[in-house]
Amino acid sequence: MTGLSITAKVLIGTSLLGCVAGMAGSFVVLRRRALVGDMLAHAALPGLCIAYLVIGDRHRLGLLLGAFLAGLLAMGVLTLVTRTTRTKEDAAIGIVLSTFYAAGIVLLSVIAHVPQGNKAGLSTYLFGQASSMLDADIAILSVVSLVALVVLMALYKELKVFSFDPEFARSQGWPTLMLDMTMMGTLTVVTIVGLPIVGVVLMAALIIIPGAAARFWTERLGVMLVLSAVIGAATGSLGTLESSGQLAQWLGFDPLGLVTGGIAMPTGPVIVLCGAAIFLFSVLFAPRRGVISRAVSEVNLRRKTARENLLRTLYELSEHNLEQRPPIALEAIRARRAWSPWAARWLLAAASRRGDVERKQNQVRLTPKGLRRAAEVTRAHRLWEMFLIEGANIASDHVDRDADSIEHLLTPDTLDALEKRLADSGALPEEDRQVPVSPHALEESESTPSRDP
Amino acid sequence: MTTIAEWLAQLDDQTRTTLWIFTVGSLTNVSCGLIGCFLVLRRMSLLGDALAHAVLPGLAVAFLLSGSLGIGYMFVGALAAGLLTTLLTQALHKHGGVPADASMGVVFTSLFALGVILIRRFASQVHIDTECVLEGLLDYVGLNTIPVAGLELPRQFLSIAPVFLLNVAFILLFWKELKISSFDPALSTTMSIPAGLMHYVLMALVALTAVASFEAVGSILVIAMLIAPGATAHLLCDRLGRMLWVAAGVGVISAIAGRLLAVQFDTNTAGMMAVVAGACFALAVVLSPRYGLASKMIRNARTSLRIFSEDLLGMLYRLEELAVQRSLGRGEAVQAVGGGLLAHWELSRLIRRGYVVSTADGVRLTEQGRRHARGLVRSHRLWEAYLVEHLGLPHDHVHAPAERMEHYIDERLAREISERLSDTEVDPHGRDIPAD
Repeated sequence: MTGLSITAKVLIGTSLLGCVAGMAGSFVVLRRRALVGDMLAHAALPGLCIAYLVIGDRHRLGLLLGAFLAGLLAMGVLTLVTRTTRTKEDAAIGIVLSTFYAAGIVLLSVIAHVPQGNKAGLSTYLFGQASSMLDADIAILSVVSLVALVVLMALYKELKVFSFDPEFARSQGWPTLMLDMTMMGTLTVVTIVGLPIVGVVLMAALIIIPGAAARFWTERLGVMLVLSAVIGAATGSLGTLESSGQLAQWLGFDPLGLVTGGIAMPTGPVIVLCGAAIFLFSVLFAPRRGVISRAVSEVNLRRKTARENLLRTLYELSEHNLEQRPPIALEAIRARRAWSPWAARWLLAAASRRGDVERKQNQVRLTPKGLRRAAEVTRAHRLWEMFLIEGANIASDHVDRDADSIEHLLTPDTLDALEKRLADSGALPEEDRQVPVSPHALEESESTPSRDP
Repeated sequence: MTTIAEWLAQLDDQTRTTLWIFTVGSLTNVSCGLIGCFLVLRRMSLLGDALAHAVLPGLAVAFLLSGSLGIGYMFVGALAAGLLTTLLTQALHKHGGVPADASMGVVFTSLFALGVILIRRFASQVHIDTECVLEGLLDYVGLNTIPVAGLELPRQFLSIAPVFLLNVAFILLFWKELKISSFDPALSTTMSIPAGLMHYVLMALVALTAVASFEAVGSILVIAMLIAPGATAHLLCDRLGRMLWVAAGVGVISAIAGRLLAVQFDTNTAGMMAVVAGACFALAVVLSPRYGLASKMIRNARTSLRIFSEDLLGMLYRLEELAVQRSLGRGEAVQAVGGGLLAHWELSRLIRRGYVVSTADGVRLTEQGRRHARGLVRSHRLWEAYLVEHLGLPHDHVHAPAERMEHYIDERLAREISERLSDTEVDPHGRDIPAD
C-alpha cells in the first residue's frame, strides 16, 4: 500500500467512507433520524480533546476511541432524555449537539494554553483534511467498512422490519433496544472514522445525502442500500478527483468550476458539493419520484381529465339525439364547465386534432369516433355513480362530484366488474348496457332522458 | 448619557470588558431564548442548527458583491442565506417528498460546504475565519467600538440590541397569534390567523437573530441558545408566559456564569456559555418538579410504598377473615406481598403508625388498621363484582385487575360502584363485601 500515491490513497479512503456512510445512513434517513448523524459528529469533539489531553496526538486510534466514547455518551443522553422527559427528539438532538460541541470548543481552548499544546492536530478534525491520510487510516477505514458491512448484512432482515415497523418488531419479541443500539453504534463508528477526512460539520452530509438520493430511485430497501453505497462511493471519489484537479484534467473542463484559480480546494467541502449535485440530479430526474417526472405525470393526468370531461359534456349535450349528433354551441359547453373561453377553445382544438369533433365556427359536433369515446367516458362516470348509490348508499344528487374525481382512474377491468355487479343486483336494466341513463337529473337539458322524475 | 459615559470611562479596561461581555452575552442569549421557545414548541428546534450553519455562504456572497466586511452587507447576505435555507428545506420536503429532517440536513451541509469553498476560492485573502464563525469573538468584544451619542459602543452590541428589541416587540404585539398558531395551527387558521404567515415571520426572526448573534458568539452558541433555554423552560412550566421568562432567565444565567467560568479556566467564553446552558437543561431534566427524572422516581417510589402497605393490610384482613389460627411472622408477611426492602420499610411504618402490632407470635391488625383494611378489601371486591356484573368478565379473570385497581378507588368511586351493583353484600367469589 505504501507504493500508492497520495491521491490514490485519498481516493480509496474517501470512496470507502462514502460507501459505508451511505449504507449506514440509509437506515437513519428512513427512520427520520437523519440529524442524529450530525449530532454524533459534533459530539465527538470533546472526546477527541480529552483523548488528546490524555495520550497526545500520536495515536490516531486512541483519539478515535475517545471520539467514539463521546459519541456513545451523546447517544445515551439523547435516548435518556427523549424516553423519559417531555423534551422532543429534535430539541434533544440540538441540545446534545451544541452542548457537547461547545464543551469541545472549551477544551480546545484549554489545550491551546497547555505548554507544547498544539491544537493544529485537532483542528483537522473540525474541517477535515483528506490529504493527510495515512496508510493506517486506510487500514482503519477498511476494517470499519468491513465490520459495518457484515453487521448490516447479518441483521438485514431485522433492521428492515425495525426501520419500517418498530411496533411489529417489538411484538415479535425481538430485542429492539439492542437492534437500535447496534444500528446507532454502527453509525457512530462510521461517523467517527469519517471525521478526519471531511470534518465535524460536513460528516452529516455524507450520512444523509447518499441515502436520501437513493430513496428517489427505488422503493426497495435492498436496492436502496446498494444504490446509496454506490452513490456514496461516487460522491467520495468524484469529490476527491475534483478537488485535486484530476477530474478537470480528464474531462478537459471543470464540472463544478472550483479549481480554475489554481488554488487547491479542501477535499471535504468539494465532496459534499459533489454529493449535493448527485442529490439534486436525483431530485429532478429520478423516474416516478423525481420532481420532473411527477410534474409530467400530473400534467398528463390533468390533460386526460380535461379531455374526458369535454367528451362527457358533449355526450350529455347530444344525448337527446345521439343518432344525429347535433351541433353544439360553445356557450352551451362553457355553461356546463368552469372553463375560460381560451381553455375551452384549446381543448376543442385538441379534440378536433384527435378527430373526436368537427368544428364549424362557434359550434362543434361529435364525430362517430368521438361519440364512441364519449360513450365510454360517460359509461365510466355513470357506472360509478350507480355504484355509489347502490353500494355506498349515497344520495343520487351527491354522486356527481364523487364520480368526477374517480372516473378518470377506472380501468376497463374495474368497469366490467362494476357493470356485472350492478346488472346482477338488478340496478342496471338490460337496455342500459351500452351507456346507462344518468341516475340523477342533468342541469339545463330538459330533453335528456333521466330516470329521476 | 454623559453620566453613563463618564461612569464607563472611569472603569478600568478589565471591568469594562467584563460588563460588555455580560451585556452582549445576555442580550444575545435572551433574544435567542425567547424566539427559541417557539421553535421548541413547534418542534422545529433543528432549524436553528441549520440556519446557524447555512449563513456562511451568505456572508461570503455579501463580501464578494460588496467588497467590504461592513455589518450591513453581512447582515443582508446572511439573512438571505437563512431564508434560502428555510425555503429550500420546505420545497424539498413538500415537492420532493424528502423527510423534513433529511432535507434540512442536505440543505445546510451543502450550503456550508459552498460557503467554505466560496471563501477559499474568492476571498482567501480576507479574514472571514471559519473558526470564528463557529466559536465567536465574544472575548474581544471591547476591541471594536463605534461611537454613538458620546458612548463608545461595541459593534456586537449595536447589532444585537435592535434585534433584541424587535424580538420583544414582536412577541408582545403578536402574543395571541403566536400562542394560538404555535399550539394549534388548524384552530388558528379557522380563526383567520394565517399560521403559514406566522411561520415565515418567525423564521425570518430566527434568521435575523442568528445573524445578529453570530459575530459575537459564533454559530455554536446560537444553536445552544435557540434550543437549550426554551427546552429547559418547557420542562419547568406549563404556561407560555412563564416559559418565556424562565427561558430569558436561563439565558442571563448562562451569560454571566459562562463568562465567570471561562475566566476561571482561561478558555473560550461563548463555548462556556453554551456549556452552562446545557448544564441548566441537564439540571431541569433531573430536578424539574413535574417532569424531572428525580421527581418521577420519587413519585413512583411513593406509589410502590403505598401499594406495599395497602397489600400488607389487605392480606392481614383476609387472614383474619379466614380465621387462620397462626399469625404470620414479620418476615413471612413481607414475603407474602412480594418481599424486598421497601416492603420491610412499609411494615415497620405501619407498626409505628399503629395500624399493625408486632407481638412475639407474629403481626396482627389493630382496630385502626382493620378499619383501613376493610375499606381496601371493600374496594377490591366491589370492583370484582362490577367487572362481573357490568363487563361480563368470567369469575376467574377479575382478581388481577381488582388487585391493581383497589389502590385507586376512593370513597366517592366506591359509593358510585356500589350504587350500580345489584348485590353489594357478596363478591363474585362468594365472600362478603365488608360494609363501609
